[in-house]
Amino acid sequence: MARGNEIDWDWLQRNQDDIQTYTLQHLRIVAIAVGVAVVIAIPIAVAVRRSRVAYAGALVTSDLLYTIPSLALFAILVPVLGIGDMPVLIGLVAYSMLVLIRNTVVGLRSVPRAVHEAATGMGLTRRQVLFKVELPLALPSIVAGMRVAAVSAVGIATIGVFVGAGGLGELIYNDGINRSSPFLTAVLAGAVIAFVMALLIDLLLLGLERLLKPWARAGRRA
Amino acid sequence: MAALDPAPPGRGPAEVAAGVLELSDLTKRFSAHGRAAVDGISLTVPAGEVCVLIGPSGCGKTTAMRMINRLIEPTSGDIRLDGRSVRDFSPHQLRRRIGYVIQQVGLMPHLTVAANVATVPRLLGWDRERTRARTRELLDLIGLDPDEYGPRYPAELSGGQQQRVGLARALAGDPPLMLMDEPFSAVDPITRERLQNDFLRLHRAVPKTVVFVSHDIDEAVKMGDRVAVMREGRIVQYAPPAELLARPADDFVADFVGADRALKSLSLTRLEDLDLLPAPLVRAGDEVAAVRARLESGELEPLGGTVLVVDPGGRPAAWIPVARLEGQVRVPADAGQADPVLDRITTLRDALSAILESGAAYGTVVDGEGRVTGLVGLDEIGRAIRRPAEVA
Ligand SMILES: Nc1ncnc2c1ncn2[C@@H]1O[C@H](COP(=O)(O)OP(=O)(O)OP(=O)(O)O)[C@@H](O)[C@H]1O
Ligand SMILES: [Mg+2]
Repeated sequence: MARGNEIDWDWLQRNQDDIQTYTLQHLRIVAIAVGVAVVIAIPIAVAVRRSRVAYAGALVTSDLLYTIPSLALFAILVPVLGIGDMPVLIGLVAYSMLVLIRNTVVGLRSVPRAVHEAATGMGLTRRQVLFKVELPLALPSIVAGMRVAAVSAVGIATIGVFVGAGGLGELIYNDGINRSSPFLTAVLAGAVIAFVMALLIDLLLLGLERLLKPWARAGRRA
Repeated sequence: MAALDPAPPGRGPAEVAAGVLELSDLTKRFSAHGRAAVDGISLTVPAGEVCVLIGPSGCGKTTAMRMINRLIEPTSGDIRLDGRSVRDFSPHQLRRRIGYVIQQVGLMPHLTVAANVATVPRLLGWDRERTRARTRELLDLIGLDPDEYGPRYPAELSGGQQQRVGLARALAGDPPLMLMDEPFSAVDPITRERLQNDFLRLHRAVPKTVVFVSHDIDEAVKMGDRVAVMREGRIVQYAPPAELLARPADDFVADFVGADRALKSLSLTRLEDLDLLPAPLVRAGDEVAAVRARLESGELEPLGGTVLVVDPGGRPAAWIPVARLEGQVRVPADAGQADPVLDRITTLRDALSAILESGAAYGTVVDGEGRVTGLVGLDEIGRAIRRPAEVA
């Protein structure tokens, strides 16, 4: 086995299958967490969008969640949810709330007054205004929130290894750091894969954000 | 109950009747003890007429209008459309039958122009084909090519074009009543005048009852069959524009109408009401020999040695000196000057202004299809002023 500061290509090749498994585990955790977070955040945002007090309450609550250190949050959740990916999923959902609620409300509120007035004046019901005007206009902003949430989730999820969630943390910690002498190859592999994963998710969602905004692409002005 | 049925399929636009609008003792107080924003106004707009609400800022015009489509609920009083109280309908059912145009337009930025126009037909449950046909018809009507502009987004239109689309969108469901809150005040004066004329033309083709809020007395005189002058929530005078100019009810109205009432009364008459000067027309492509024969017989009388060339469709192309025909076989299709070209529904005021601005001796008057119907010069306008206006 190669010593500390050289990349051990041979090891990477031998452990190809494990690396792939960890990568997919990681991706799955991030995707589920952000997906669930969106499904929870949008109704909350819709409910609080008109009330300054309720919106402030939602922001403060999610901000408080956000300030809990991730390792501590996962550890707190283990006694309740047990070892595995559940505590990590719940934790990541909690962390995503702040940016998703904020971006959704900002998007919903960005509908110009005149557009709202004209839509109502033409006979759209409140529900129709929400689904046909407010949400479509908020969608790009929601996806922008998803980008931030997903990219940070990729990073935070590496800590999931401490509560037995698997993922790229296995490479970085168990195969890399947690040895008598740290194994650089495994640490780097985990870090690089996480980096590339975050980058690809970001680009993918950026593409989606653009796709959802054909009117802005076409328009000369915002 | 009293749900407004969507017009049955197959019923054409022209058959949708304009409605009689009656406001009775309508009052709105935004706070229990404050001054009433609208204070007991009563007003009847006959079917198919344009009623302009005008008055200083904050006098309650918008509030009065928004009560009609129930964007604001009155504190007391009633509103009837064709004899039925607006309270008999659910607000959104009611609004789908009332066109609504606002100053800031409010086109939905994420929908194409065609989809914006199709909003109300879709809400009314029209089938796809009928909605599509109606959308195209309306874009044509407002002078935007459906194939070019239909797929565009609102951000790709000029302010005037957006305002046109706003108008088309409000007309799409064929509402018997239109509410228009300062619809043309956010565009430049030239665009505004064109929009006003287009609106008047549309209104003639398909009369609807219209409530039109304006800040501008010239616009009110030009657009309104009747004008309601408001002050602090009340109506001070409700009269046809000619009467408003001739006999203001009090000093407030007189002040509001302004000192130059005589000049404003030029807005009461349109070019089509004048005896126009016949235009010395020659058609591009005609044989010069034939033109010469008409000149000799006196049938064609040049003006200042020039004749007006029109294209085969009868639309004005250019003034050319008779001498230019020398040595030609056919009348050339010159691209030149025939300005100003004025639609015959142009008011004398706008026509005078256009003629003075262009420096030309005559304006070329055209009909709805752009065909020359005659000429107007300062003499023609002067004669119309000296003839007393048809004041009641
Ligand atoms: N939603 C509201 N709440 C409280 N007061 C209001 C509200 N809307 C209008 N008002 C008040 O009612 C009065 C009439 O307002 P309105 O908007 O009808 O005026 P307006 O004639 O349309 O003025 P402008 O020409 O400036 O548009 C004003 O004093 C205004 O401040
Ligand atoms: Mg107003």
